[in-house]
Amino acid sequence: MSGAVLELDDLTVRIPVGGGRWVEAVGGVTLAVGASEIVGLVGESGCGKSTLGGAVMGLLPVGSRVGGQVLLRGYDLRGLGEEGYRKIRGDDIALVSQDPSASLDPTYPVGAQVAEAIRNHRDVSRRTARERAVDLLRLVGIPDPRARYADPPHRFSGGMKQRVVIAAALANDPAVLIADEPTTALDVTIQAQILHLLRDLTVRTGTGVLLITHDLGVVAQVCDRVAVMYAGQVVEQGTVREVFARPLHPYTRALLDSQPAAHHRSGDLPVIPGRVPDLTDPPAGCRFAQRCAQAHDRCATAPPEVRTASGGRVACWLHPAPATAEETR
Amino acid sequence: MTALLDVRGLVVTFPAPGSGLRRRRVHALSGVDLTVRRGQTHGLVGESGSGKSTLARCVLGLQQPDEGSVVFDGTEIVGLRGRALREIRRRIQPVFQDPLGSLDPRWTVGRSVRESLDAFGVGSPLDRDRRVSELLDLVGLSPDHAGRSPAQLSGGQRQRVGIAAALASGPDLIVADEPVSALDVSVQAQILNLVARLQRDLGVAVLFVSHDLGVVEHVSQEVSVMYLGGIVETGGRAELFADPVHPYTRALLDAIPVPEPDARLVHAPLAGDIPSPIDPPSGCRFHPRCPMRADSCSRERPALLPVASHLAAHHVACPVALAARPQAGPSPAQN
Repeated sequence: MSGAVLELDDLTVRIPVGGGRWVEAVGGVTLAVGASEIVGLVGESGCGKSTLGGAVMGLLPVGSRVGGQVLLRGYDLRGLGEEGYRKIRGDDIALVSQDPSASLDPTYPVGAQVAEAIRNHRDVSRRTARERAVDLLRLVGIPDPRARYADPPHRFSGGMKQRVVIAAALANDPAVLIADEPTTALDVTIQAQILHLLRDLTVRTGTGVLLITHDLGVVAQVCDRVAVMYAGQVVEQGTVREVFARPLHPYTRALLDSQPAAHHRSGDLPVIPGRVPDLTDPPAGCRFAQRCAQAHDRCATAPPEVRTASGGRVACWLHPAPATAEETR
Repeated sequence: MTALLDVRGLVVTFPAPGSGLRRRRVHALSGVDLTVRRGQTHGLVGESGSGKSTLARCVLGLQQPDEGSVVFDGTEIVGLRGRALREIRRRIQPVFQDPLGSLDPRWTVGRSVRESLDAFGVGSPLDRDRRVSELLDLVGLSPDHAGRSPAQLSGGQRQRVGIAAALASGPDLIVADEPVSALDVSVQAQILNLVARLQRDLGVAVLFVSHDLGVVEHVSQEVSVMYLGGIVETGGRAELFADPVHPYTRALLDAIPVPEPDARLVHAPLAGDIPSPIDPPSGCRFHPRCPMRADSCSRERPALLPVASHLAAHHVACPVALAARPQAGPSPAQN
């Protein structure tokens, strides 16, 4: 994809679990995020979505092995080392995580923390950094930012703290922002404010966002494209409109169907039987095959190839070629 | 239409943490009325600080209110002690968010369920062994799950055990506080289906507390919306979701990220933070954030008033929104 600020090419992450065994937490993910684009990475617990975010940020458990490519504006980040990563983290790539309290120093004025994020990477005077920090606090919707500059984090609500974290993350105009469940700990009316802010800022700053979430509702509300992850792999990706209207992968469909908000009638919600496979020994074929109502013999033995279908990509034997993918609907 | 549970004028305050000599108090509940009908699921929805969990704890007898009454099947349970309290506890059982926190990690699942039977002296000891298997079967677990420890179960299976333990004493009311909040969506669907089936088959009433309106809409026949210690709107599921009247209910429904890209939030979301329950706003507690606020809203605490005479259950605590409604319905409006 040309113009992509972040490209993952066949990214694989293996994490040691002791006894010489490895978990293949990410198993060959290809994904791109464009400038000003919000791409949702959605999946359930343990699907590897946060590990994928960690691989981009250079924040993986010690001893992890990364295969494939992570390209930031075309430069491969693999082999950068901790020293190299420290230079780009908070500068070219930034992270917003679930708990804003854990991202902020509790003893330190919030404004100074934003200013410090600037001075860590830019050779500017304290005064300039301070002015820029005030501007950033205003940008993220902190009322009366000059007065609030000196307040410590505990004077702020959870939603306001998350705004400060976003201000610090955007301080150096990063090319890529990894937002890992940024609204999961917030109340729903506050979540709406933060999502609104993220969408607005992405358009204004040109930053590309990888939004990691378990919530399909959040994806539908703010993302341009979505990648659905299951057991370490992206099973389907495409524009939000296309994937939600015409999900091709049985897992995507099952996930959408099990949302209670989508069912305004009573009656049982469709459920997905069985459990996620053990990723220390991933199945040979499709990783969803054991739980899939439409699985056939081939699914258990051979991993499905990724096919392009109606502008998106799907990894499922039901959709072996673009033409048939259209016909099966 | 018999009420199984009737809560009237419930007030609960706590000493504010860290307030020291200033003796400030958290106003958790400020005069709450709630009715749960026999055999029905009543959804209680609200954000942080709304008081929904405090209300659940009062119903379970785990929290003494400062004022007000909680009448269960004709018996006042506030201040109840000893045998009478035990009997009420047999008939009102909790299901909590984190099944790991409510199950003893050293006990097998069978023993945890058995404990509930023993504690309330259900049947003879021999009957109880059989009853454990029946209960596990009822919640969709096989008899060999009985020998496992909670750590050997998935989150969804643990919540099934939590529900089996709650059902052991044959309760009339289950108070479920965020029972699916810790679960993945595909597992959440299984537990919601289970709760719906049990409510239908066993006729047990459920007070279902959740921050998730989608979940509440799915499981409930009646719904109450709480904001900062009070109920702002209550009614049948269909009316409340199709025709929300209170500005907060409307904002809450708007803010839910629905998984439909065509239903994106277009207008700016509700502004402002949820105020602290330590020093809540005067009058209507929603007034500082309310797009419809009038001068009187900061002065008078609005009472729950019927929305229309033909919808007996639908009540809303907002005279401004009620006055702004087009006059409709089969019976002419009063005044």
